[in-house]
Amino acid sequence: MSPDKSGTRHFWQQRATAIANVPLVLFLLWFIISNLDATRADVVASVQNPFNALLLVLSFASILWHMRLGMEMVLEDYVQDERMLRTSLLLNTLFTAAMALAALYAILKMVFGA
Amino acid sequence: MVEFALPQNSKVQPGKVWPKPAGSKLQEFRIYRWNPDDGKNPQIDSYHVDMEQCGPMVLDAIIKIKNEQDPTLTFRRSCREGICGSCAMNIDGTNTLACLKACDEVEGAVRIYPLPHMPVVKDLVPDLTRFYTQHRAIEPWLKTTTPEPVKEWKQSHNERALLDGLYECILCACCSTSCPSYWWNGYRYLGPAALLQAYRWLIDSRDEARKDRLDNLEDPFKLYRCHTIMNCAKACPKGLNPAKAIAEIKKLMVERLL
Repeated sequence: MSPDKSGTRHFWQQRATAIANVPLVLFLLWFIISNLDATRADVVASVQNPFNALLLVLSFASILWHMRLGMEMVLEDYVQDERMLRTSLLLNTLFTAAMALAALYAILKMVFGA
Repeated sequence: MVEFALPQNSKVQPGKVWPKPAGSKLQEFRIYRWNPDDGKNPQIDSYHVDMEQCGPMVLDAIIKIKNEQDPTLTFRRSCREGICGSCAMNIDGTNTLACLKACDEVEGAVRIYPLPHMPVVKDLVPDLTRFYTQHRAIEPWLKTTTPEPVKEWKQSHNERALLDGLYECILCACCSTSCPSYWWNGYRYLGPAALLQAYRWLIDSRDEARKDRLDNLEDPFKLYRCHTIMNCAKACPKGLNPAKAIAEIKKLMVERLL
């Protein structure tokens, strides 16, 4: 059911992204809190810091990939009809891709001047 | 989708209340009854047993009921000492062996149902065909390529010790039928009992088919539906931990991948 029919790759990636998410979510929280009172220009300036931009991209990549894998697991558990399952897995992938593109677009737009 | 309610023809109805026998220490047993031949829904019959005149275990009580009150009550039993696995049933909300469960461990009436989420043959007898097929699917026998030794396959004490906590499994199906993942995906997920057996052969020092065995489990459903819910370990009447065995298989899989 998973893309490559390999349960182990799915299992391993879920664990790896979970571990990566610990520091990345902490970074994200720090980033949000430290920009709570900031003006738009301040936020754009801190996103333009290459270190921050890189970590933001990594955060979204890891969190969204983890979300896709977890959701896939839940769908496989509970949706028993084969066609319904295939459809919902596809929608899950498309939703994740849409989120990823939106995040990437927003970050790149700020990095390269907006 | 997963079904959260029983189908109409499986909804359990109140059943017959059997006359109380004489005695000073009466205990009530509420037992699931279903007969494939009468076309009726399952029902819960109520029996009373005088515990002064009965052995301590739930199996003693239902044998007494069958002998003295209702010969149509149907269940499996054989060894009556926790080694054959025949009398596995759901007692007081937990899957266990009727021969190992003492009546006085239960508060109030003793509620007895067949193992959950399996087709019922009659009363407390579940159809375990699929369960046995899954056990066979993991090929629970020694597989070797080297020529057979003249005397025996040797194993050190330490290698033998690796099988402790695994070889004791009696395939009673208490674990698999307590597992929600097995309820939802029982046709594709092998379930804790079969996977514990799979691990038992994976780590047997004499077995030479580890690669094939792992290949056979490499699938999103056969192995990875285990979400460490741990009902299996809680239910096991032999005190084994199938969830741990499954985690060990996952470790072998990841080690092989990396």
